[in-house]
Amino acid sequence: MVTANSELAYNSKIEGDVIVTRADAAINWVRNNSMWPMPMGLACCAIELMATASSRFDIARFGAEVMRFSPRQSDCMIVAGTVTYKMATAVRRIYDQMAAPKWVIAMGACASSGGMYRSYATLQGVDRIVPVDVYISGCPPRPEALLDALMKLQAKVKREHSASKLLSA
Amino acid sequence: MTITDVELPTAVSQKFPSATPRASLDCPAFNVPVADVIGLLEFLRDARGYDFLMDLTAVDWSADKSPRFTVVWHLYSSTNHNYVRVAADCASDVEPEVPTSTVLWAGADWHEREAFDMFGIKFAGHPDLRRILMWDGYPYHPLRKEFPLAGLPADFHDPAITAETKTGLIAAPMAGGPFVAKSGEPMSASEPRAKDEAWNEQSEKPE
Repeated sequence: MVTANSELAYNSKIEGDVIVTRADAAINWVRNNSMWPMPMGLACCAIELMATASSRFDIARFGAEVMRFSPRQSDCMIVAGTVTYKMATAVRRIYDQMAAPKWVIAMGACASSGGMYRSYATLQGVDRIVPVDVYISGCPPRPEALLDALMKLQAKVKREHSASKLLSA
Repeated sequence: MTITDVELPTAVSQKFPSATPRASLDCPAFNVPVADVIGLLEFLRDARGYDFLMDLTAVDWSADKSPRFTVVWHLYSSTNHNYVRVAADCASDVEPEVPTSTVLWAGADWHEREAFDMFGIKFAGHPDLRRILMWDGYPYHPLRKEFPLAGLPADFHDPAITAETKTGLIAAPMAGGPFVAKSGEPMSASEPRAKDEAWNEQSEKPE
């Protein structure tokens, strides 16, 4: 049987009871693999978000299947859909209620830039009110695109200087 | 099957001499002074069987016209399956007001709130005349002719969010828009394009 990454696994015969790593690597590893999304489903992108969570695409493969409808329990807000100005304050408030560390994915054209809604009622990009980590193009994006964004976000989180941020916080 | 209500114009003009026929391509339609509109609607509902309020909306004929605002009621008869349209011009162009029709149809409630929100038309006697789409305190009425599609700068309705984000409503970047597909072209060539391609986000609008 072929075991993936057997060389990289912890070998107690060689290393004893001690694991050496960087704090950043350990913290980011923990954060990376259980990124609980806050599904901010506001329009048709939310349908694709639901598809991503369902069996065919299965976001669980990336450790992000635990959709939390409470901002207190979530790490990553997926803004899926058109953000109206009336909703924008609620989006910001929910973002504020999320515990740090927290990330934001702007899913689709509307969340990224207002999309086709260049009108008095629509927020012209959710980055005007919350800091966005990853933008996804598409109207709506396919589930694969959301999974790709999640992987990009995970790669980004892996590069973060988490330890120094925690100490300086 | 639709039954054409041929006696309706005579019945209306006998009962309401102030009501005049209104140009219409489909169903019978009447112009009526604001003072008589509730009476006419009640007559149509109770005596002529137009028991269902299909729609209640308004028209803004633009700021330089007077009367500027017209409120329109669409009624439907669930027994005869036909329609009638009633329109009333608002007396004031600055503070338009019509009596509420919630006394006849409870369902007029949200329609009137929407017309109030979008056009600023007051419905006298409405039980709960608040904005329905925009938020309380939004300074404009978006479907008025002078209001641009892109919107006008304003504050968020939550002062805490305004203080935190230090931003607010902006006029949407139209960049030559609105973006519309031309009708009549093949689908492959009807990609939505800016109506005015002389300017975009990179180059300023020519004066």
